Amino acid sequence: MRSIEARGLTKEFKVYQSRPGLKGAFRDLLNRQYRTIRAVDAIDLTIEQGEMVAYIGENGAGKSTTIKMLTGILQPTAGELKVNGFDPHREREKFVKTIGVVFGQRSQLWWDIAVQESFRLLKQVYQVPDADYKQRLDRMIEVLDIGGLLDQPVRKLSLGQRMRCELVAALIHQPKLLFLDEPTIGLDVLVKENIRRFLREINREFGTTVLLTTHDISDIEALCSRVVMLDQGKVIYDGGLQELRRNWAKGKKVHFELAREVDMSELEARTAGMPLRWERKGERQVVLHLEQPDLAVSDVLAQIVQHVHIVEMQIEEVSTEEIVRKIYQEGMTLA
Amino acid sequence: MLKMYLEVIRIRFLMMLAYRVNYYSGIVIYSINIGVYYFLWMSIYGDKPSLQGLTAVQMATYIAVSWMARAFYFNNLDREIAQEIRDGTVAIQLIRPYHYLIVKAFQGLGEGVFRLLLFSVPGMLVVSLVFPLDLPGLSWDWLKFACSLFLGFIINVEVNLLTGVLAFFILNNEGMIWAKRMIVDLLSGLTIPISFFPGWAQAVLSYLPFQAISYLPSMVLVKGLSGDAFWHALSVQAAWCVLLAIPVQLIWLRARKTLIVQGG
Ligand SMILES: Nc1ncnc2c1ncn2[C@@H]1O[C@H](COP(=O)(O)OP(=O)(O)OP(=O)(O)O)[C@@H](O)[C@H]1O
Ligand SMILES: [Mg+2]
Repeated sequence: MRSIEARGLTKEFKVYQSRPGLKGAFRDLLNRQYRTIRAVDAIDLTIEQGEMVAYIGENGAGKSTTIKMLTGILQPTAGELKVNGFDPHREREKFVKTIGVVFGQRSQLWWDIAVQESFRLLKQVYQVPDADYKQRLDRMIEVLDIGGLLDQPVRKLSLGQRMRCELVAALIHQPKLLFLDEPTIGLDVLVKENIRRFLREINREFGTTVLLTTHDISDIEALCSRVVMLDQGKVIYDGGLQELRRNWAKGKKVHFELAREVDMSELEARTAGMPLRWERKGERQVVLHLEQPDLAVSDVLAQIVQHVHIVEMQIEEVSTEEIVRKIYQEGMTLA
Repeated sequence: MLKMYLEVIRIRFLMMLAYRVNYYSGIVIYSINIGVYYFLWMSIYGDKPSLQGLTAVQMATYIAVSWMARAFYFNNLDREIAQEIRDGTVAIQLIRPYHYLIVKAFQGLGEGVFRLLLFSVPGMLVVSLVFPLDLPGLSWDWLKFACSLFLGFIINVEVNLLTGVLAFFILNNEGMIWAKRMIVDLLSGLTIPISFFPGWAQAVLSYLPFQAISYLPSMVLVKGLSGDAFWHALSVQAAWCVLLAIPVQLIWLRARKTLIVQGG
């Protein structure tokens, strides 16, 4: 069964505008003006059971709004939506049993009471049998290393400690589909790594589908083979992370340290006709920009090694981060 | 399902314990209220033996009982709901496989049971030592009172749910919630027993749900209503329980449709 199937999914918000001044306030009383914002604009999205998908986009692109529709919190303005075979908003109570959700910016644990009390309540809410509950909880406590936190009230936990507890809370009923809205926001490297390992594990073992939004590109590289990119409410890319890199990482950079200063014009002359660009960085440092992915570094080297003495050389792949930045800046039109 | 609601009640118990300060300040506030109303009414009675069908001792009992009952039925569900809707925490409630408002009602019950056990019962014992009251001994009257009080609790919860969700549609919801609280305290007969209202007002109030929250349960105990009078009171309360559930559910469905969850 498909985890998510959306056709033309759309959400519009009415934003009321207030006119300035007292006079404006009175006019607002009688006749409020509003503007319609299309936060999510007719997106199509199909996600199969067991996939791990990154849902990315700039601030305000519509990621959280999509998640809220997919989890049944918001009613879509238009479009068709089936998640785990349910209409999330209309069949909410039955549907939400099959999903788990973590909002990085919002806690689902009870603030003033011990963490384990929240877990106990969720066990009853989802009617998890005693044996399953104990087994799952023990396992998650071990992997996420939260044994020492269970009797602490949530308000005393640090962000990273809380986030690991949130994950347990979202998974206590072993949902088939897990939504994560910025789960790693503000976490240190070790906690991030811990959480990622855990997510990979549950995906492999139980085939849990994971849809996560993030601004941390390393999350995607560590977890997701598929990326859906959103811009102003529209899907602008939906495909593999590798293809995204291949299409966008036009070539690479090579840093050279040379034995003596060399004229740029000499380098340019020797590699004339090749799709590349030289850039001077220092007296003896130059950077070679290869502008096409199929141009091999060795071809360039063959042209220059006999004439220029190279002390050190370092090849740099374009990072996914840079690719994403470029797409955000320039739009997808070039791809 | 039942286990889940018991757990909800237990969690609310734990939260009340975490906020013990509220509990202590509650004791002070309720003591002051009972004291003030007691001396106020006793000065109104002067040496008249009875007013509007209530003797001075019955009046004192009415004050004590109705305030102790209030400790049980009173809660801030309306404020909590308005707050949760405004700051978006309601999103977390909507990803749970339960009816948000029913869970809220059980949270209210947890709070009520907490105050009933740790506050009203010991409070009643103390008050009955300090003031001359006329409480029934061990008799069925207490069970009748319990039934009536429980229905009163449900009605008050429904009024609170209604106010809380309605507050979401209205800009100045603090004002509305505050006004509701005043109206309930006044029209439920807490501050002035309904029988002291002018005739026309009594007629109007008998068509409103508020008297069923406090006045009816208190009268069951104070006047020892029995037979037809008791069943009449109980059926009025039951009718309100059912009737109020309808607008609560309707307005909730409407709110769910237009609900926009802020932030995140
Ligand atoms: N309740 C609301 N009322 C009005 N407009 C809203 C509401 N929620 C979101 N929006 C608007 O919808 C758009 C998408 O918001 P959304 O929260 O989905 O973005 P996002 O992709 O999650 O961004 P971020 O990365 O900053 O979390 C924004 O322009 C936002 O202003
Ligand atoms: Mg967001």
